[in-house]
Parts: sequence; structure tokens; C-alpha cells
Amino acid sequence: MSNLQKKIAIVPCSGIGKAYGTVSRIAAYQITEDDRPQHTRLIPLALLVLGDEECRKFMAENPAITIDGCPQTCATKMVQQSGGTVVKQCSVLGTARSRRDLKPQGIAELNEDGEKLATVLAQEVVAVIDASVKPGDGGNHA
Amino acid sequence: MPELPRKKVGIIACSGEEIPEGTITRLAALRVLHQLHPENTVTICLPLFLAGGEGDRSFARFFPTIAVDGCEKQCAFHGTEKYSSRPAAAIVVTELIARHGLDKPHGCRKPDAVGMEIVELVAQEIAGTVEKLLGNGGR
Repeated sequence: MSNLQKKIAIVPCSGIGKAYGTVSRIAAYQITEDDRPQHTRLIPLALLVLGDEECRKFMAENPAITIDGCPQTCATKMVQQSGGTVVKQCSVLGTARSRRDLKPQGIAELNEDGEKLATVLAQEVVAVIDASVKPGDGGNHA
Repeated sequence: MPELPRKKVGIIACSGEEIPEGTITRLAALRVLHQLHPENTVTICLPLFLAGGEGDRSFARFFPTIAVDGCEKQCAFHGTEKYSSRPAAAIVVTELIARHGLDKPHGCRKPDAVGMEIVELVAQEIAGTVEKLLGNGGR
């Protein structure tokens, strides 16, 4: 990924069938609201796929990081189909494999392990963002 | 006599992350699925549906669905209509809020107290629609 004056689109799958979809959603909120709001924007997948003009324009002009909750990789596929550029494809399952001690449960509300897994995933994404942002680009981090 | 599959209603929530109403659709759909009508409903995963999940698309062709959208863009409704068939019913959270004269909810990650009241209202609206669609009270 090149240096960015731009924002990075964060696109979670938000799948509703399993806890992993909720993990992707919570991680996306942590990144865009808490950790790196200056450098990111949360993009709702449905809005993108249904062709919202403003959303598509943003995706055409900015790189995207996708967060998929299952092997179907819906977020990644749909960003690509919408003409977006996926610079990093993250997967809840991949992060879960590296943290087998965490057992996420709950869809409407995650259990503590689910929240922790979302934080681990968010930190992975933040590392990618930080590597792409020029020093002095602003932001709320050191 | 062959055993016919039990008629169920599919609930498709937009889950829009950008607005509190999107989160409300998600929580309301799950409340119906897990508590109000567990025997009569399934939730359809909108991302999978849009990405080409054939199982979910087939379900929506043969069984009634309720699109639950957070805003007037109605992504769940239009997505279902585009990729499968027209939903049997549509619920739009912003319209429901206006109709009931409620305050605007806050909190995308987790709705505030007003938002949680609206979750219950939307869930009851979905449950009532499920019962109408099943034609037998759903219970």
C-alpha cells in the first residue's frame, strides 16, 4: 500500500448467522470510531453493493481493508465486484486460529472472548493502517 | 404421505453499520429469531445473499420474506428483489420511528436506551408480520 493522504475504507461483512460476523462488525467499529477515526471510514456492504453513488465514488478513490467473518469472504468479493481495491483482506477465522484460547459466542451481543477477539483483529488492522500512513498525516495516535 | 417442509418466514435485516437504525434492524431480527418466533423464522445473511449464496436466494424464492431496513434506501428490500424475489413485507425503521413519534436513536455499536426501545418495537412489528404471513397466528 502506498502512502496515504486518503482514507481507508473498512468493510466488515457483518454476517448475521454466526458470532464471527459480529466480531467483524465490532472490530470495524473499534478501528473507525476508537483507534483510527482520522484515517478510516466504515463502509456498509449492502449500501455499496446496491450501488449507492457516494459510496462507490469513495471506494473508487480510496483503498479498502475487508474483514470477513467466514470462508465465503463476502466482503472481499463484493468490494472487488464494486470496483474497489482491497489492499488487505482480514479474516476473523484467521485471527481466531491464532488465538484458540478465545471462544467467541453470541450474535446480538458478544461474550467477553468475542470482544477480545475483535480487539485483537482491530489491532492487526491498525498495524496495516499505520504502516501505510505517512508521519505527520494527522491522526490521533503517536 | 410425503412430509412437506414446514413453512417459515425469512427475515432479512440490512444491518447497516453507519447508522443506529441499521444496528436496530439486526438486533430486532435476532430477537424474533431467538425469542419471539424461533420455530417459524430464519434469518437470511444479507452479505451472503448479495454475494451469491444460492441457498439463501432459493429460500427467498419459495418462502415469504420480510425486509427490515434502517433507512429509506432500503438496501435489504431492493437487494432481495433484485437477486431473488420481491419480499412479502417491508419494515423501515426510520418510518416506524416517525409514525410513533419517537426520538432519534443514538449509538451504532450499541443502541442507547431509546434505541433499545425501538429494537423492541421493530421486533414486535416483525413478529406481527410473521403471524400474518403464516396465517395462523404463527404459534
